[in-house]
Amino acid sequence: MRLTLNGKRARVDVHPLKRLLDVLREDCRLTGTKEGCGEGECGACTVLVDGAPVNSCLVPAVHVDGARVTTIEGLGGRHRLQRAFVEHGGAQCGICTPGMIMAAVALRRKPSLEEIKVGLSGNLCRCTGYSAIYRSIRKAR
Amino acid sequence: MPLHRLLRDLPIDSKGAMTGSIANRILLQPRSLSDALKMLRDEGPLTPLAGCTDLYVSLNFGTLKETRFLNLWGLDALRTIDVGRDVLRVGALATHTDLIRSKHVQQRLPMLVAAAREIGGVQIQNRGTIGGNVANASPAGDTLPVLAVADAVVVLQSAGGSRRVPFNEFYTGYRQTVRRGDELIAGFEIASLRGRQWFRKVGTRAAQAISKVVIAGVKDDEVRLALGSVAPTVIRARRTEAVLARGASIEDAQQTLLDELSPIDDLRSTAAYRRRVAANLLAGFLAS
Repeated sequence: MRLTLNGKRARVDVHPLKRLLDVLREDCRLTGTKEGCGEGECGACTVLVDGAPVNSCLVPAVHVDGARVTTIEGLGGRHRLQRAFVEHGGAQCGICTPGMIMAAVALRRKPSLEEIKVGLSGNLCRCTGYSAIYRSIRKAR
Repeated sequence: MPLHRLLRDLPIDSKGAMTGSIANRILLQPRSLSDALKMLRDEGPLTPLAGCTDLYVSLNFGTLKETRFLNLWGLDALRTIDVGRDVLRVGALATHTDLIRSKHVQQRLPMLVAAAREIGGVQIQNRGTIGGNVANASPAGDTLPVLAVADAVVVLQSAGGSRRVPFNEFYTGYRQTVRRGDELIAGFEIASLRGRQWFRKVGTRAAQAISKVVIAGVKDDEVRLALGSVAPTVIRARRTEAVLARGASIEDAQQTLLDELSPIDDLRSTAAYRRRVAANLLAGFLAS
């Protein structure tokens, strides 16, 4: 199976039904993507497939054959959103943070607070740090 | 209530492996719709697999019994949304995001846009499909009351041809449909609707919640109503529609509606709450 992973061509040899989440973490050694609930509720495993946020725990590997996949590692560590989350307290325990940031990457420029809330409605923060997360995104986007 | 998401609640076998294993499962990969229909005929039984937003929840929790799957995701012919002869045609693989963004759906069936917006969050909307929502056959499916109230037609295809089934005859019982094992849901046809369209979903929170009650209505000279999560299948409230057509008061219509519902207590809500909310929603719709 071939895909473009974080801008680079990649080949993986996996069962077609293996979860994208497990392909990323086990086969590609990209452990920035987290597993929270395993049922599409929490958004911790959010990555972009062809630019659109998806829950990687619900995507079979075969569905990204030929696709562009972007994970938190693909942002490079110095992305505006990543810096803003650090500077404005957007990360508390951190488990939801990669998913929050990947959902935020897909927002349009200068989103309204309402657009941020809708765009992140599929991401849960158990520390309930939503205000700081929204503030971080508003500063960065 | 079980403590969800704790390891001891997950189905783990004696070797410590999750029973949601994929090792013994196989996936057939058709290159075209006709290829897929032949596989269903010759190599079945197969479980069609589209956006996986329901199927993978069962897989991850070890409750998925099926072992042979048919990958529909690449069949772009089933993804189109268009209008022909004044009929809106929605391909089964149209995602909820596709429905929200479609000009045709926005113009002709805004209550379907409203329903799609309330399904899951953006991540689920980007993968979940309308065909999957219907095929999954949950009585809580959010697009189902819309299709019921719009008198949609389900287009079923098999290698032998196609047939059209009124959506309101598609379900025969709890999670039971008239779809045969060799058939695929190809899409839905929705004739032009007159009158005001209305959709409401009541859940624990706005996003990522399964409905306690979901309702769609159309109000023109007459009123049409359909509800989900209040019976073993989505239902059209035909008796309530009939009493309203005869000029019943809101209170009488509510009483008739309550007689038509058969909700249950489950982990999301109680039968009593669902009845109360359904009656309140009806009053809100009629008064608006």
